[in-house]
Amino acid sequence: MSTIRIAQLSCGTEYSGVQFEIESAARAVGAKIVYPDVSYSQVKEALDRFGFKPKSTQLQLMIARAMSLADRKFEADAVFITTCFRCAEAALVRNELRRFIQENTRLPVVTYSFTERLKAAQLLTRMEALVTIVTRKELLARERQSGITAGIDSGSSTTKAVIMENNKIIGKDWTPSGAVVVETAEQVLANAMKEAGVEMKDIEAMGTTGYGRFTVGKHFNCKLIQEELTVNSKGAVWLANRQRGEATIIDIGGMDNKAITVRDGIPDNFTMGGICAGASGRFLQMTANRLKIDIQDLGAMAVKGNWANAKMNSYCSVFGIQDLVTSLGEGKKFEDVAAAACHSVAEQVYEQQLQEIDVRHPIIEVGGTSLISGLVKAVGEVLGEEPIVPPHSQYIGAVGGALLSSGFL
Amino acid sequence: MKVFIDPPNSMVLFDLVERFGHEPLSSMAVIQEKIDNIEVDMPPMNVTLDDVVRGLKYAGVEVPSGIRGRMSLWGPMIEAADAAIIIDNAPFSFGCVGCDRSNELTKYLIHRRGIPALTVKYPTDEAEAKIMVGQIKDFLGGLKQ
Repeated sequence: MSTIRIAQLSCGTEYSGVQFEIESAARAVGAKIVYPDVSYSQVKEALDRFGFKPKSTQLQLMIARAMSLADRKFEADAVFITTCFRCAEAALVRNELRRFIQENTRLPVVTYSFTERLKAAQLLTRMEALVTIVTRKELLARERQSGITAGIDSGSSTTKAVIMENNKIIGKDWTPSGAVVVETAEQVLANAMKEAGVEMKDIEAMGTTGYGRFTVGKHFNCKLIQEELTVNSKGAVWLANRQRGEATIIDIGGMDNKAITVRDGIPDNFTMGGICAGASGRFLQMTANRLKIDIQDLGAMAVKGNWANAKMNSYCSVFGIQDLVTSLGEGKKFEDVAAAACHSVAEQVYEQQLQEIDVRHPIIEVGGTSLISGLVKAVGEVLGEEPIVPPHSQYIGAVGGALLSSGFL
Repeated sequence: MKVFIDPPNSMVLFDLVERFGHEPLSSMAVIQEKIDNIEVDMPPMNVTLDDVVRGLKYAGVEVPSGIRGRMSLWGPMIEAADAAIIIDNAPFSFGCVGCDRSNELTKYLIHRRGIPALTVKYPTDEAEAKIMVGQIKDFLGGLKQ
């Protein structure tokens, strides 16, 4: 297999001391960073055509390089667009170039704003997803599961397992992730197999994803060990029965969030994490703990409340909890406080993450937090459209793993 | 036809567009609407937090709030415009939004919409001024009603 060529469109990476980290991350997933060649005269022409004329000349070069990709003058398999965090001009160009690349090419693209502290490890999942989309197109196009397969999603907060047979879920289980990821995975897999009425010898293939995927994958000798962006996308569109056409998948996780746009179930743009814990499922868990209720009951409680009645505008889990304590101290209703917590998470996901993608319809909300009805309601209010929450929405990673691993049979 | 003017608060452009039979889309109108008809008290222009959040449609959260607030006003007008007139290198006495990043994005959004757009240089003497007015008159006259 030839090396995957990821075209880098960037400004400031060299002077920020992070270029080496970007190239290391690409190398780690078997890819190579390449730079579309452009001549000086092409820069002016590109700016005239593109219509955005930034003052920074390195941003001008980015535009010319993007034009070179769109015109097929330079061959690449994927695109990585990155600029300095907090540069307004760069943020504007980055987003418009991402849109331009998507409109004019079929190349998967990811955007990222970096600081001088960027390390290769932070980019690994993104780079891996770009490579997966390019190298496993046929596998990702798979719409039906066949045989008996298992999927394990070793996530940061919970571990899930699913057993599938002939395109149906026949067994499933989840539990909070323990300190030893293999033990937790063994436990949920055993329970899922028990529910399915199958034994390990019956499992024809296994796929795994999530933070613990490499350890779990090695332990179970999985045929598929793949990052969660592509695996979760497949699981989400399968569960929602939206395998064809466009959609946006929102996965508000325990430790990070993912927003992925898909076309026929294959991601072409995604954003991931990079924001405060105040915008994650962890904050809702902290809220439930403070209210002394079960996280499962938080959603129903929030649905009955009005978020506007309780102040909750801190973009940080620590100060968010302070707001919550203040509201409770003022005697606000639990329902209103629960609704405010859900609204705060939804608003932050919208403001900080969904701006990096063009939201496509329908919106499919998945992951464990999609079971919190108050959060789903809040996401719908913020986005102006009620998201689809498919059945078994917390099992997307495990379903994606079982579905894709059947492609190896 | 609805003609977006850039700078969006240029009284001269506003007058020219109106004089030649079209509807100017300007910041004056949108700000007047906010001041006269919306029951909020956020002087001087009644741009609120909600407006700045709405500006996210045009620029991401990493982009400073002043740009997003401005774009929440100009963005919908650019979307509604049938044509646009842009004055390049205008001094701020001619009309100005005070932010070069907002200017860049405004020009880009006009370009992306693909609507008929006239870009003219700001005149430095009377002869050039007459040429500029002539160009604007021809452009506006050529727009189909």
